[in-house]
Parts: sequence; C-alpha cells; structure tokens
Amino acid sequence: MNDLANPVDDAARLARFEARVAREDKVEPNDWMPDAYRRTLIRQISQHGHSEIVGMLPEGNWLTRAPTLRRKEILLAKVQDEAGHGLYLYAAAETLGIAREELVEQLLTGAAKYSSIFNYPTLTWADVGAIGWLVDGAAIINQIPLCRCSYGPYARAMIRICKEESFHQRQGFEIMLTLCRGAPEQQAMAQDALDRWWWPSLMMFGPHDSDSPHTDNSTRWKIKRVSNDELRQRFIDATVPQSRYLGLTIPDPALAFDEADGHWRPGEIDWAEFRRVVAGDGPCNRERLADRRQAHDDGAWVREAALAYAQKRGKPSPHPDPPSQAGEGVRRERDPSPNLSQATPPTIAQKRPLPRKRGRVGVGVDA
Amino acid sequence: MTEPMIPLWEVFVRAKAGLAHRHVGSVHAADAEMALQAARDVYTRRGEGVSLWVVPSAAITASDPRDESALFEPATAKPYRHPTFYTVPEEIGDM
Repeated sequence: MNDLANPVDDAARLARFEARVAREDKVEPNDWMPDAYRRTLIRQISQHGHSEIVGMLPEGNWLTRAPTLRRKEILLAKVQDEAGHGLYLYAAAETLGIAREELVEQLLTGAAKYSSIFNYPTLTWADVGAIGWLVDGAAIINQIPLCRCSYGPYARAMIRICKEESFHQRQGFEIMLTLCRGAPEQQAMAQDALDRWWWPSLMMFGPHDSDSPHTDNSTRWKIKRVSNDELRQRFIDATVPQSRYLGLTIPDPALAFDEADGHWRPGEIDWAEFRRVVAGDGPCNRERLADRRQAHDDGAWVREAALAYAQKRGKPSPHPDPPSQAGEGVRRERDPSPNLSQATPPTIAQKRPLPRKRGRVGVGVDA
Repeated sequence: MTEPMIPLWEVFVRAKAGLAHRHVGSVHAADAEMALQAARDVYTRRGEGVSLWVVPSAAITASDPRDESALFEPATAKPYRHPTFYTVPEEIGDM
C-alpha cells in the first residue's frame, strides 16, 4: 500500500524495523512493520488459534466417557483452556488488522490450516492420555521459544498459554501412568495409543529445516527462534526416557541413542503421510471441519439474538457494525494489510496530528 | 460477510484488593454484560482476579507510535526530576 508509494522511505523504514528487531525491541500493534511480517504473523497466529479450537474436538469426544468424575472434571477444564487459548491467539491476530469473523471464515472454508495432529481420531481413553503427554508436550516445546517472539501481543499470549499448558501435559502423563500400572489390557491400551500418536507428534514440528518454506524471514524477524529439527530433537530427548519409565516402547525400531552427542536419533518420518494429512486426507479432516461448521451454524441464532437484545435495550454495542479493530486495546491506524477486506477506522493520528519535536528543551542545561 | 460483527471489548482485571485493574486482553461480546461473562471465562479461570472491567475498544484513544519521541523524549532529558540527580552531603544523612 503506502509502502509502494515511496520506495526510499520504505527501505529506510524496513532498515529501522530490522535494526529494532535485531536489538530485541518488541514490535507492538500500532508500529510500522513490513507487510510480509504482518502476513507471516497473521498466518502463524491464526493457524495456532485454529489448532487450539479444533484441538477441542478429539478430546471433547471423551468428555462424556471419562472413566471417573475426577477425570471428567480435569478434561472439562483442559478443553475449556484450549478454547481460552484459541481466543487469546485470535485476539493477538486481530491486532494485526484481521477481523475475528474473517479468521473464523478462513477456518470454516478450509482456507486456513490448523495443526494436522487433530485430524487423527481418539479411539480409546488412552488417547486422551497420549494427547496430553505427547501432543501438549510437543506444543509446549514449540511454544516456549515463542514467548520471546518479536511481536508483543503474540509473545504475551504465549506466556499465558505456556503457564496454563503445563497441567495439560501432566494430566496426560498421569493417565498413561495409571494405565501402565494397571491390568495388562490397560497397558496394551497405553501402548496402542503411543503407537498411533508418536509419529504424528513428531510431525507436529513441521518439515525438516531444509524443506521448511517459511524459516528464513521468520528467523531474521525473530518470530521463529528455534528450528523445526532442533525443537523436534528436544521433544524426542525429553520423551524417550518418559516412555521407558512408563514401560512403553517407542514405535520406531531405528531409534537409537547417540553416545557421542547424547541425543536420541529417530528413524525417518513418513513425510508422505504428513503431506497427505496436511492436504486434507487424514483420518478425520472432513469430520473436524464439519463439526466446526455445525457448531458455528448452531450458534448463529445466539449471536443474532445477543446483538438484537443489545440494540433493543438501547445500549447498542459501541459499534453496531464496527470495523475490524483492535484487540489488546487499540488497533494500528495505518498501513492496513492489503489483503484485508474490512474498512479501517479513522485514524487517531489523522484526527489530531501532534506537532513534532516540540518542547525539546533543557537538555543538560542546568547540569 | 453476512453476519454483523460482534463488538470488541478490552478486559482489565484487579488481581486483589489494593492493586489497580490491569489490562489482560480482549473479548468479543454483544453487550457489556456478556463481555463481563466472557472476560470471566477467558481471563480468570485460575483465580487471577477479584474484579473485572470491560471497556469498549472503540472508546480508547491511543497515542501514535510516530509521536513517541515528541511525547516521551523530553522526559528523559529532565534528569533533575529524579532524586538521584541531587547530591546530599553525607553529614545530612537520609533525606
């Protein structure tokens, strides 16, 4: 947009931006940022948010089937957390100038992706344990470096999520431990869950660094701080000893401990399966999207009624039909991302420009 | 998009009596009452607060980052506003 109007200005702004990111200053919603930075963040944060929302479905399957009241309470709290995490992330994405409604639409039309791990089914109760232990465990390893992401609202959301996520992993491990200390049938159920969730969990970290399309810019702009392969290795090193404690076998005959560097080296991941599930042909892709669409449609009358009630009471919402603004207080006013369809609100700066360099007096005068 | 948009609210939580309300995030809701309900569910699941404010996001006026130096640099040029700017003779003791 404006960026194209004056290439010299643009280059200077980009240089200032990159210098700022390089010295670990955080970028906040109203700050100038390159369009590619904005687009990358919108894509990544919204995918992350969608993953939290869709991630409720596999576990929701077991809410009414949890084996005890204690487990049911815990699972309810966990699923509610996932909803909360989705909402923190959507709010962070909205600070970049995309509307909540657009985000939801992108998910429901399939235009946006979510983590492929949630396209696998939860066949037994042990799967709930495996998801907490492995999937949430992998998510934590992925998310810890994101707490230091250069974009302030994303980093703040991640800090909050990481604090809350730790219980998710522990409750999952506890389920696995209980099963592994139980009857042979329960142990077999735990092993079966590990067999099915291990490889998809490794795939959660994404393609090998050599095949990762988004890594270069993301690394330079400090969105991504640790590479896919490095994160995956951390997960494997943390998880293999835990599986041994449980008395379970990692379903990878090639898995071997490298004495030289102290890492567990896995066999090759089936990337054809990864690509197949990303492309939409996992076991549950259609079911997950159909369930989300159904939930959205079922809620339409509630949204409609709530807005109608607010208007009828004469305390209309602040904006009966507001532009796609804010999140975290206040929305940026200029340089709207070119691919955003919503009208932008009038800018505060346009309304009342402040004089520059005013009142700069007294530097060292009296010293 | 056919559905009307649901307004955005900013959420402030008072962690405990004696502390100020602090901004924690945003929620979408049709009205203030629903915004409070949503804020309670989204931001206080672990005993984070004893009081909530929700404020329509559209009601907030923010300073422009481009004005950062004009607005805030003068303050850094006034070290005499800080007590450490002044030297108090040792004989005086605490002041």
